[in-house]
Amino acid sequence: MSETEAADARRIAAEALGRVRFEEEALELADQVYRVARRLVGTREEAEELVQETYVRAFRSWSSYTPGTNMRAWLFRILTNLNLDRGRKLQRTPDQQPLEEGDYFLANKLAAAEGEQALDQERVVEKLSQDNVVGALSELPHDFRDVVVLVDIGEFSYADAAQILDVPMGTVMSRLHRGRRILKQKLAEESLA
Amino acid sequence: MTAHDPGCERCEELLQGYLDRDLAPDEVVVAEGHLDGCDYCRRRYRFEEELRRYIRVSASERMPAGLLEKLAALRDERPAF
Repeated sequence: MSETEAADARRIAAEALGRVRFEEEALELADQVYRVARRLVGTREEAEELVQETYVRAFRSWSSYTPGTNMRAWLFRILTNLNLDRGRKLQRTPDQQPLEEGDYFLANKLAAAEGEQALDQERVVEKLSQDNVVGALSELPHDFRDVVVLVDIGEFSYADAAQILDVPMGTVMSRLHRGRRILKQKLAEESLA
Repeated sequence: MTAHDPGCERCEELLQGYLDRDLAPDEVVVAEGHLDGCDYCRRRYRFEEELRRYIRVSASERMPAGLLEKLAALRDERPAF
Protein backbone atom coordinates (compact mmCIF):
# COMPACT_ATOMS: atom_id res chain seq x y z
CA MET A 1 0.00 0.00 0.00
CA SER A 2 1.41 3.38 -0.99
CA GLU A 3 1.49 6.26 1.46
CA THR A 4 -1.38 7.96 -0.34
CA GLU A 5 -3.47 4.81 -0.16
CA ALA A 6 -2.69 4.46 3.52
CA ALA A 7 -3.73 8.07 4.16
CA ASP A 8 -6.94 7.49 2.24
CA ALA A 9 -7.66 4.36 4.26
CA ARG A 10 -7.11 6.28 7.51
CA ARG A 11 -9.38 9.09 6.37
CA ILE A 12 -12.15 6.66 5.37
CA ALA A 13 -11.84 4.80 8.67
CA ALA A 14 -12.02 8.07 10.64
CA GLU A 15 -15.05 9.17 8.68
CA ALA A 16 -16.80 5.84 9.23
CA LEU A 17 -16.11 6.07 12.95
CA GLY A 18 -17.43 9.63 13.07
CA ARG A 19 -20.55 8.54 11.30
CA VAL A 20 -21.20 5.62 13.61
CA ARG A 21 -20.73 7.86 16.65
CA PHE A 22 -23.08 10.43 15.19
CA GLU A 23 -25.74 7.79 14.56
CA GLU A 24 -25.45 6.35 18.03
CA GLU A 25 -25.71 9.77 19.64
CA ALA A 26 -28.73 10.65 17.49
CA LEU A 27 -30.50 7.39 18.36
CA GLU A 28 -29.94 7.99 22.07
CA LEU A 29 -32.05 11.15 21.72
CA ALA A 30 -34.96 9.36 20.02
CA ASP A 31 -37.23 9.28 23.06
CA GLN A 32 -36.80 13.02 23.68
CA VAL A 33 -37.39 13.75 20.01
CA TYR A 34 -40.58 11.70 20.05
CA ARG A 35 -41.92 13.36 23.22
CA VAL A 36 -41.70 16.80 21.64
CA ALA A 37 -42.88 15.64 18.21
CA ARG A 38 -45.94 14.05 19.81
CA ARG A 39 -47.11 17.44 21.12
CA LEU A 40 -46.43 19.26 17.86
CA VAL A 41 -48.74 17.08 15.78
CA GLY A 42 -52.22 15.69 16.27
CA THR A 43 -51.78 11.94 16.44
CA ARG A 44 -49.32 9.28 17.53
CA GLU A 45 -49.01 8.04 13.95
CA GLU A 46 -48.12 11.50 12.66
CA ALA A 47 -45.56 11.89 15.43
CA GLU A 48 -43.94 8.57 14.51
CA GLU A 49 -43.81 9.58 10.85
CA LEU A 50 -42.34 12.97 11.69
CA VAL A 51 -39.65 11.39 13.86
CA GLN A 52 -38.78 8.87 11.14
CA GLU A 53 -38.55 11.60 8.50
CA THR A 54 -36.34 13.56 10.88
CA TYR A 55 -33.94 10.65 11.28
CA VAL A 56 -33.89 9.89 7.54
CA ARG A 57 -32.81 13.46 6.91
CA ALA A 58 -30.40 13.51 9.85
CA PHE A 59 -28.66 10.32 8.74
CA ARG A 60 -28.36 11.68 5.20
CA SER A 61 -26.98 15.03 6.22
CA TRP A 62 -24.85 13.86 9.12
CA SER A 63 -21.75 15.50 7.67
CA SER A 64 -23.30 18.95 8.16
CA TYR A 65 -23.38 18.34 11.91
CA THR A 66 -20.33 19.64 13.76
CA PRO A 67 -19.27 17.12 16.43
CA GLY A 68 -19.33 18.57 19.94
CA THR A 69 -22.11 21.05 19.19
CA ASN A 70 -25.70 20.71 20.39
CA MET A 71 -27.07 17.68 18.57
CA ARG A 72 -30.45 17.88 20.27
CA ALA A 73 -30.97 21.40 18.89
CA TRP A 74 -29.65 20.29 15.49
CA LEU A 75 -32.17 17.42 15.32
CA PHE A 76 -35.05 19.62 16.41
CA ARG A 77 -34.18 22.17 13.77
CA ILE A 78 -34.68 19.42 11.18
CA LEU A 79 -37.87 18.29 12.89
CA THR A 80 -39.51 21.71 13.08
CA ASN A 81 -38.59 22.48 9.46
CA LEU A 82 -40.11 19.18 8.33
CA ASN A 83 -43.20 19.92 10.37
CA LEU A 84 -43.56 23.24 8.56
CA ASP A 85 -43.09 21.47 5.23
CA ARG A 86 -45.95 19.13 6.08
CA GLY A 87 -48.35 21.86 5.14
CA ARG A 88 -48.67 23.33 8.54
CA LYS A 89 -48.42 26.83 7.13
CA LEU A 90 -51.90 26.38 5.72
CA GLN A 91 -53.31 25.87 9.18
CA ARG A 92 -51.80 29.00 10.65
CA THR A 93 -54.09 31.50 12.25
CA PRO A 94 -51.70 34.22 13.40
CA ASP A 95 -54.30 36.97 13.46
CA GLN A 96 -56.59 35.14 15.81
CA GLN A 97 -55.27 36.37 19.12
CA PRO A 98 -57.21 35.25 22.15
CA LEU A 99 -58.07 37.82 24.76
CA GLU A 100 -55.06 38.56 26.88
CA GLU A 101 -55.43 37.57 30.51
CA GLY A 102 -52.90 37.91 33.33
CA ASP A 103 -50.47 35.25 34.50
CA TYR A 104 -52.56 34.54 37.59
CA PHE A 105 -55.69 33.89 35.50
CA LEU A 106 -56.02 30.15 36.05
CA ALA A 107 -55.04 30.40 39.73
CA ASN A 108 -57.57 33.16 40.32
CA LYS A 109 -60.33 31.23 38.56
CA LEU A 110 -59.67 28.14 40.65
CA ALA A 111 -59.44 30.17 43.86
CA ALA A 112 -62.68 32.02 43.05
CA ALA A 113 -64.48 28.73 42.41
CA GLU A 114 -63.17 26.74 45.35
CA GLY A 115 -61.23 28.98 47.70
CA GLU A 116 -57.52 29.66 48.06
CA GLN A 117 -56.85 26.07 49.19
CA ALA A 118 -57.63 24.94 45.63
CA LEU A 119 -54.16 26.24 44.73
CA ASP A 120 -52.25 24.00 47.09
CA GLN A 121 -49.67 21.96 45.26
CA GLU A 122 -51.16 18.54 45.84
CA ARG A 123 -54.51 19.70 44.45
CA VAL A 124 -53.26 20.76 41.01
CA VAL A 125 -53.31 17.14 39.92
CA GLU A 126 -56.88 16.75 41.21
CA LYS A 127 -58.11 19.84 39.42
CA LEU A 128 -56.50 19.25 36.04
CA SER A 129 -56.48 15.95 34.23
CA GLN A 130 -53.79 14.85 31.83
CA ASP A 131 -56.41 15.11 29.08
CA ASN A 132 -57.02 18.75 30.02
CA VAL A 133 -53.32 19.50 29.56
CA VAL A 134 -52.95 17.61 26.30
CA GLY A 135 -56.17 19.13 24.93
CA ALA A 136 -55.22 22.68 25.90
CA LEU A 137 -51.75 22.33 24.34
CA SER A 138 -53.20 21.02 21.10
CA GLU A 139 -55.48 24.06 20.85
CA LEU A 140 -52.68 26.61 21.11
CA PRO A 141 -51.97 28.53 17.89
CA HIS A 142 -48.98 26.85 16.21
CA ASP A 143 -46.45 29.61 16.65
CA PHE A 144 -47.12 29.70 20.38
CA ARG A 145 -47.32 25.95 20.72
CA ASP A 146 -43.91 25.37 19.12
CA VAL A 147 -42.23 27.58 21.69
CA VAL A 148 -44.18 26.30 24.70
CA VAL A 149 -43.53 22.68 23.70
CA LEU A 150 -39.81 23.23 23.09
CA VAL A 151 -39.21 25.17 26.32
CA ASP A 152 -41.71 23.70 28.76
CA ILE A 153 -41.74 20.09 27.56
CA GLY A 154 -38.46 19.74 25.65
CA GLU A 155 -36.70 21.81 28.33
CA PHE A 156 -34.74 23.84 25.80
CA SER A 157 -33.28 27.21 26.75
CA TYR A 158 -34.66 30.36 25.12
CA ALA A 159 -31.47 30.55 23.05
CA ASP A 160 -31.79 26.98 21.77
CA ALA A 161 -35.47 27.46 20.95
CA ALA A 162 -34.57 30.62 19.01
CA GLN A 163 -31.93 28.71 17.06
CA ILE A 164 -34.26 25.78 16.35
CA LEU A 165 -37.14 27.96 15.16
CA ASP A 166 -34.87 30.50 13.47
CA VAL A 167 -36.48 33.47 15.20
CA PRO A 168 -34.93 36.13 17.49
CA MET A 169 -34.75 35.34 21.19
CA GLY A 170 -37.12 38.21 21.96
CA THR A 171 -39.72 36.50 19.77
CA VAL A 172 -39.24 33.24 21.67
CA MET A 173 -39.75 35.04 24.96
CA SER A 174 -42.87 36.91 23.89
CA ARG A 175 -44.43 33.81 22.27
CA LEU A 176 -43.60 31.73 25.31
CA HIS A 177 -45.10 34.28 27.64
CA ARG A 178 -48.28 34.66 25.63
CA GLY A 179 -48.47 30.94 24.84
CA ARG A 180 -48.40 30.07 28.53
CA ARG A 181 -51.13 32.61 29.23
CA ILE A 182 -53.34 31.23 26.47
CA LEU A 183 -52.67 27.72 27.78
CA LYS A 184 -53.85 28.75 31.23
CA GLN A 185 -56.99 30.31 29.79
CA LYS A 186 -57.75 27.06 27.99
CA LEU A 187 -57.05 25.02 31.11
CA ALA A 188 -59.39 27.29 33.05
CA GLU A 189 -62.11 26.79 30.44
CA GLU A 190 -61.68 23.02 30.44
CA SER A 191 -61.23 22.39 34.13
CA LEU A 192 -64.05 24.67 35.26
CA ALA A 193 -66.50 23.78 32.52
CA MET B 1 -60.46 38.69 40.98
CA THR B 2 -57.28 40.71 40.67
CA ALA B 3 -54.22 40.98 42.83
CA HIS B 4 -54.52 42.99 46.03
CA ASP B 5 -52.12 45.85 45.60
CA PRO B 6 -49.44 47.24 43.28
CA GLY B 7 -46.89 44.95 44.93
CA CYS B 8 -48.94 41.91 43.90
CA GLU B 9 -49.34 43.23 40.39
CA ARG B 10 -45.59 43.72 40.09
CA CYS B 11 -45.05 40.22 41.51
CA GLU B 12 -47.42 38.76 38.92
CA GLU B 13 -45.42 40.47 36.17
CA LEU B 14 -42.14 39.11 37.51
CA LEU B 15 -43.26 35.61 38.43
CA GLN B 16 -42.81 33.83 35.10
CA GLY B 17 -39.36 35.32 34.66
CA TYR B 18 -38.57 34.33 38.23
CA LEU B 19 -39.60 30.74 37.53
CA ASP B 20 -37.51 30.82 34.33
CA ARG B 21 -34.54 32.19 36.32
CA ASP B 22 -34.47 35.02 33.86
CA LEU B 23 -34.79 38.09 36.09
CA ALA B 24 -32.17 40.76 36.67
CA PRO B 25 -30.71 40.64 40.20
CA ASP B 26 -32.66 43.72 41.33
CA GLU B 27 -35.89 42.14 40.06
CA VAL B 28 -35.15 38.93 41.97
CA VAL B 29 -34.86 41.04 45.13
CA VAL B 30 -38.23 42.66 44.43
CA ALA B 31 -39.93 39.32 43.66
CA GLU B 32 -38.48 37.48 46.65
CA GLY B 33 -39.12 40.41 48.98
CA HIS B 34 -42.76 40.43 47.99
CA LEU B 35 -43.19 36.63 48.05
CA ASP B 36 -41.75 36.52 51.57
CA GLY B 37 -44.49 38.74 52.92
CA CYS B 38 -47.51 37.87 50.76
CA ASP B 39 -49.52 34.66 51.20
CA TYR B 40 -51.65 35.46 48.17
CA CYS B 41 -48.69 35.61 45.78
CA ARG B 42 -46.73 32.82 47.50
CA ARG B 43 -49.65 30.48 46.95
CA ARG B 44 -49.74 31.48 43.28
CA TYR B 45 -46.00 31.06 42.96
CA ARG B 46 -46.22 27.49 44.28
CA PHE B 47 -49.22 26.84 42.09
CA GLU B 48 -47.39 28.05 38.96
CA GLU B 49 -44.34 25.99 39.83
CA GLU B 50 -46.44 22.87 40.30
CA LEU B 51 -48.49 23.62 37.18
CA ARG B 52 -45.34 23.71 35.06
CA ARG B 53 -44.13 20.42 36.47
CA TYR B 54 -47.54 18.88 35.95
CA ILE B 55 -47.80 20.11 32.35
CA ARG B 56 -44.37 18.67 31.54
CA VAL B 57 -45.20 15.30 33.07
CA SER B 58 -48.74 15.08 31.65
CA ALA B 59 -47.70 16.03 28.14
CA SER B 60 -44.78 13.61 27.97
CA GLU B 61 -45.57 10.41 26.17
CA ARG B 62 -42.95 7.72 25.84
CA MET B 63 -41.75 6.64 22.45
CA PRO B 64 -43.89 3.74 21.18
CA ALA B 65 -42.37 0.26 21.28
CA GLY B 66 -40.57 -0.57 18.07
CA LEU B 67 -39.88 3.00 16.97
CA LEU B 68 -36.24 2.90 18.05
CA GLU B 69 -35.68 -0.24 15.97
CA LYS B 70 -37.31 1.44 12.97
CA LEU B 71 -35.04 4.45 13.38
CA ALA B 72 -31.96 2.27 13.77
CA ALA B 73 -32.90 0.46 10.57
CA LEU B 74 -32.99 3.78 8.70
CA ARG B 75 -29.21 3.83 8.93
CA ASP B 76 -29.17 1.21 6.21
CA GLU B 77 -30.86 3.61 3.79
CA ARG B 78 -27.96 6.00 3.98
CA PRO B 79 -25.95 6.51 0.82
CA ALA B 80 -22.75 4.48 0.49
CA PHE B 81 -19.45 6.12 1.38
